[in-house]
Amino acid sequence: MTFKQKFLGSAAALALSAGAALAEPALIFDLGGKFDKSFNEAAFNGATRWAEETGNNFREIELQSEAQREQALRRFAEAGNNPIVMAGFAFADALGQVAADYPDTRFTIIDMVVDAPNVRSVVFNEHEGSYLVGMMAAKASESGTVGFIGGMDIPLIRKFACGYAQGVKAVNPDATVVANMTGTTPAAWNDPVKGSELTKAQISQGADVVYAAAGGTGVGVLQTAADENILSIGVDSNQNYLHPGKVLTSMMKRVDNAVHQAFTDGAEMETGFQVMGLANGGVGYAMDEHNEALVSEDMKSAVDDAASKISSGEITVHDYMSDDSCPVLSF
Amino acid sequence: MELLSLFDLAVLDSTIRLATPLLLACLAGLFSERAGIFDIGLEGKMLAAAFFSAAVAAVTQSVWLGLAAGIAAAMALSAVHGLASITFKGNQLISGVAINFLAAGMTVLIAQDWFQQGGRTPSLIGGGRFPPITLPFVDAVRGIPFIGPIYAELISGHSILVYVAVLAVPGTWWILFRTRFGLRLRAVGENPAAVDTAGVSVVGLRFAAVAICGVLCGIAGAYLATALQAGFVKDMTAGRGFIALAALIFAKWRPWQALWATLLFGYLQAIALRPDIIERALGFTVQVQLLDAMPYILTVVILAGFVGKAIPPRAGGEPYVKER
Repeated sequence: MTFKQKFLGSAAALALSAGAALAEPALIFDLGGKFDKSFNEAAFNGATRWAEETGNNFREIELQSEAQREQALRRFAEAGNNPIVMAGFAFADALGQVAADYPDTRFTIIDMVVDAPNVRSVVFNEHEGSYLVGMMAAKASESGTVGFIGGMDIPLIRKFACGYAQGVKAVNPDATVVANMTGTTPAAWNDPVKGSELTKAQISQGADVVYAAAGGTGVGVLQTAADENILSIGVDSNQNYLHPGKVLTSMMKRVDNAVHQAFTDGAEMETGFQVMGLANGGVGYAMDEHNEALVSEDMKSAVDDAASKISSGEITVHDYMSDDSCPVLSF
Repeated sequence: MELLSLFDLAVLDSTIRLATPLLLACLAGLFSERAGIFDIGLEGKMLAAAFFSAAVAAVTQSVWLGLAAGIAAAMALSAVHGLASITFKGNQLISGVAINFLAAGMTVLIAQDWFQQGGRTPSLIGGGRFPPITLPFVDAVRGIPFIGPIYAELISGHSILVYVAVLAVPGTWWILFRTRFGLRLRAVGENPAAVDTAGVSVVGLRFAAVAICGVLCGIAGAYLATALQAGFVKDMTAGRGFIALAALIFAKWRPWQALWATLLFGYLQAIALRPDIIERALGFTVQVQLLDAMPYILTVVILAGFVGKAIPPRAGGEPYVKER
């Protein structure tokens, strides 16, 4: 074998292995960052689970600024990564621009709908999960007043609030729901100090269970709730362990399952609209050793009963985003 | 109409907590700007201090070591600012912006490398946090009408850093207006050439001013991370350094006015958390966004000259050049 042949051979081998690597799926995190203990971390956990099960690798990037959205999408698409999963409603515009340019690449967007032939849009019925934790909040509350603290004031977060309020009212029609949003800019996702003050403000209004759907701001909410000896409810991932015995439950949004499913389906996945609700395990509430003592049998059976009724369609929970209004809560 | 409910004790209590970091940062900016060094890097210094105080407190379980680390971190950034704008005569605004960016990126990067919790520090427990302090005679005076609840609920029960911040106001006034150092410090912000002619080091005075600025920013950051919160979260200062700057202009670069300005801004933030009280007191709802924007609106009103005049130190923003 001459040197030239050897060289060509190894180059070909290299090209082959590079080709194999190119089919790796990719995951793009939103600005909250990979380890936000919440939404993005759930996406990361789903991808990691897939990697451990299959022994394959995936590529990932954490965005640092708005401007990188389209850039990151194009870079992964150009590199041949397939499918490309992005966690976050804010990718909709960028994906709308990019999807048509790469017809052979499959994209999955979570929390938003993008209408393109090669895009799978995964949305969650957060209002259903929030309804369940709202029921638990109402049952756990002694004062009859419960709180909701949202992050940035966007329709998606109002959907959480509205589902929660409906759950509360289903158990106790006379209950008061105090709802506050942290702010109207993305800074509202990372202002734990304001989250704390909002919690204290709600406590002074009588709230004794507070549900936080606020990203990093929620860390302050859960902390203050634990300091002031009231109960809190976490969101997206299971946050019960953050303050054992003080977090009533967490509204689980199984972003990890959505990512895992997309990666498992691979480059040939079905596109279109996918709804993750109570019926298919997309949302739910978290039970573990940290909140066992807080959740009574009565509470659990009532919630499980409601869950099966929602799955079967016997109870419908109003979705704020369907008509931009909420029958039981005004913003 | 229950206008008095606007001054609910819980709201005023929240005002004090929210005003404290603003007050400390505002006094920090006051020292620096009175000496002729504009500092828009207050935000970055607070953020760095918040991170290092939380990180060291988490590792050592000692909040006092955390406070020291926070002050050291803010002073290090102050030194960078001083080096760029005093020694090398660079543009003070650009140096300040650079410090903000540096702190925003650096804190998350170091936190991720150190703790692997996504740019956070572990939650502080026990000795890692500043506990609230109960002042003496609280139980004795609680029963007295009006004064009793104010003393017991409003004045007592804050962390020690709140009392430090309040005491820093007369302290700043005394240093700036009653000591030789303060006179020189103010002079160096108005007319550095005169100070230089008198044989006093302009560079030395300005470095002293930015060092004091670093100490105060350090306390402000430590207050956020180890007293109000139990740990660091990325970008947790959330623009408080800029509101402090607005308060500084609003206060016309004076310490007592800085106290009132930051209390006012703190009150606006606190009342924005209670839309129910506003509605009850005024009979209509006020947009939360409007309340959030008020500090900036008020500052623009002051700057436009409607309510007195805000005149910054005359030599502010200009590096001192001895001879050309």
